[in-house]
Amino acid sequence: MCLALPAMVKELLPDDQAVVLLGGVSKEVSVALVEDVQPGDYVIVHVGYALSKVDAAEAEKTLALFAQMSATAAQ
Amino acid sequence: MKYIDEYRDGAMAKKIAAAIKAEAEPGRDYALMEFCGGHTHAISRYGIEDLLPANVRMIHGPGCPVCVLPIGRVDNAIEIARTPGVILCTYGDLLRVPGSKRASLLKVKAEGADVRMVYSAADSLKIAQDHPDKQVVFFAIGFETTTPPTAVILKQAKALKLNNFSIFCNHVLTPSAIRNILESPEVRELGTVPLDGFIGPAHVSTVIGSRPYDYFAEEYQKPVVIAGFEPLDVLQAILMLVRQLNEGRFEVENEFSRAVTIDGNRKAQAVVAEVFELRRIFEWRGLGMVPYSALRIKEPFAQWDAEKRFDIQPLSVPDVKACECGAILRGLKKPADCRLFGKACTPESPMGSCMVSAEGACAAYWTYGRFRQSNNA
Amino acid sequence: MTLTRKGPAIDFANGRVDMTHGGGGRAMAQLVEELFVAAFDNDMLRQRNDQASFAVEAGRMVMTTDGYVISPMFFPGGDIGSLAVHGTVNDVAMAGAVPIALSASFIIEEGLPLADLKRIVQSMAAASREAGVPIVTGDTKVVEKGKGDGLFISTTGIGRVPAGLDISGDKARAGDVILVSGTMGDHGVAVMSQRESLGFETTLKSDSAALHTLVAGMVAAVPSIHCLRDPTRGGLAATLNEMATQSGVGMMIREARIPVRPEVMGACELLGLDPLYVANEGKLIAICPAAEAERLLAVMQAHPLGRDAAIIGEVIPDDHHFVQMETAFGGKRVVDWLAGEQLPRIC
Repeated sequence: MCLALPAMVKELLPDDQAVVLLGGVSKEVSVALVEDVQPGDYVIVHVGYALSKVDAAEAEKTLALFAQMSATAAQ
Repeated sequence: MKYIDEYRDGAMAKKIAAAIKAEAEPGRDYALMEFCGGHTHAISRYGIEDLLPANVRMIHGPGCPVCVLPIGRVDNAIEIARTPGVILCTYGDLLRVPGSKRASLLKVKAEGADVRMVYSAADSLKIAQDHPDKQVVFFAIGFETTTPPTAVILKQAKALKLNNFSIFCNHVLTPSAIRNILESPEVRELGTVPLDGFIGPAHVSTVIGSRPYDYFAEEYQKPVVIAGFEPLDVLQAILMLVRQLNEGRFEVENEFSRAVTIDGNRKAQAVVAEVFELRRIFEWRGLGMVPYSALRIKEPFAQWDAEKRFDIQPLSVPDVKACECGAILRGLKKPADCRLFGKACTPESPMGSCMVSAEGACAAYWTYGRFRQSNNA
Repeated sequence: MTLTRKGPAIDFANGRVDMTHGGGGRAMAQLVEELFVAAFDNDMLRQRNDQASFAVEAGRMVMTTDGYVISPMFFPGGDIGSLAVHGTVNDVAMAGAVPIALSASFIIEEGLPLADLKRIVQSMAAASREAGVPIVTGDTKVVEKGKGDGLFISTTGIGRVPAGLDISGDKARAGDVILVSGTMGDHGVAVMSQRESLGFETTLKSDSAALHTLVAGMVAAVPSIHCLRDPTRGGLAATLNEMATQSGVGMMIREARIPVRPEVMGACELLGLDPLYVANEGKLIAICPAAEAERLLAVMQAHPLGRDAAIIGEVIPDDHHFVQMETAFGGKRVVDWLAGEQLPRIC
């Protein structure tokens, strides 16, 4: 049950709901399980619920790590 | 798509794959288990195994909650669905899982039972509100990623005093499954199934955090790398595991740091703790009885427990003879080792859960990887 | 003094279809006259016989039939009516044939709002006019409430194959090139988005369209085309597998070359679907000898319905008839038949 996607929060709605955007598609999901979500944040969405926020800084670090680790290979 | 496309970049994949090839020591075998069904699917769908050297093998673990759901629980759900006046709500993955006598929720639907597919637990609550004259039951399954949404709707059902709604709870726990695999006699004995390291589940970890895996790394001296969901994440995690193994380390590393923290999602954990408690023991398909591995609804919410409302009797139904799902789920056998694979058992007529769920090792191999058999033949 | 008696005016705005409309009596005749004949309006229909009669040029004919049961009946980019025209015209065109005429049979559920029926029939008429393929004969039945899902339409089409063409699903040969006429998955996602209340920032519509003029240009430029088929239910994957099996060959396609709109990718991600298996209603797959591939591609891209056409792979020898795909990664996977309906994945 892992299928979950990072989507951008477009708009907050009442009752712990929000509109998220993924590749030009918008959907209403629940943000009852995350805290401090603001429009512009990215959240991981699973079965209609946001489960965590995506940390932009860590995301960049990870991408950099891919490049770095594969560069230092074969030494 | 941001945070998706960058992690699917083919050029970077080739670089990481080259690194793995360079660092995997010749003459040494690396047997890595990806626990999470989503990872199994990613590996198959992107053909990641084609990029790995021959001595780095992926073993598909039991992280697919559809695959580990025992026949008896499917039979219970079918029984509930057949009860007059009931609307059974279920995730799509469960519709074709075969129960006893090849029955399934899809077939029961064709017979006239009101079985509805939902994308979200919240949809089932809405159906209950829209149909006050019906008994609506939500067939809840999943690991720790899917449990919090069920917890949220359970609380909502109580707050709304919704008395035509209940939940058939089959939520299971990841650490228990991992422990069960590591403790199985075949794995503990050296030389039987060597299991060198784990790719930790992606989204389960966003909820439970990375801390629970420390125990495994220490106790069993096997490295764990928590990996994100995208193919580059998986390749990177494989590289990190190979490095740990080469260096004799057995640590928990977090490749999915953009979404996983040490503590995980406290809010989600709290909601789950409010409504669920541990079952002393629960049957898993293929793994048998596993203690403290599953959740049931707590007493204050008993009114919304379908097992009580429908007086569900535990059924222990043996798997189809010759079905090797159990061994495959533990990484002991491969799909091609099963006598039924591709003959009696195909996605059109699945004999066991490994074939019916798109993430099951057998379905993944059939759907994406079968050509390898013919190319090698 | 008028000696003929006309019934009360049909209330298209607020009325509903009832059992008399299928009864064979005056009410039915009135509905047929005022709605169907008025909308489809052509010489043959105006004769008001139970059959349409016309002369044909000598040559090879094709005939095809399809049932349309889509729900919801109205979706972005079309409805069950326009779909019924496009789908059947396309099946005729996939033989390389020039469509001549269509028939249309309606099975209507008692209680269907006449406003909906009128909207659908007019949409069909517009599609038929635009395509230049008349609906020359038809039938209407009404079934009791609960016995039909609003409306089922069945259309049959006939056409004539120009001399010199031999297009068939069993003609693919190793070395041939595989092309698609445009983006995959638009129709299925447009329909599903309606069902699942997904919103789209840019308007994603069904691609439902009549392809016969595109095909006419293609076969004129490259008469040696081996196969044509439109990837409807089951999507690109099902259609390629069908042809691989029919021709006794394998196929190798490249994921990076398959055109898919970003909104379709996003919706498929959100819904847990694979765009390769999602239905299209205005696209075709063509398989032709390698030497003609570039020319065929150019002809397709020059037509409004083929602007996003692309070469996606080739036919290879394979006794197992697998359709294989090189992923964007350089890894390989099989693109298998669909098992039953595509169920959205949660996992």
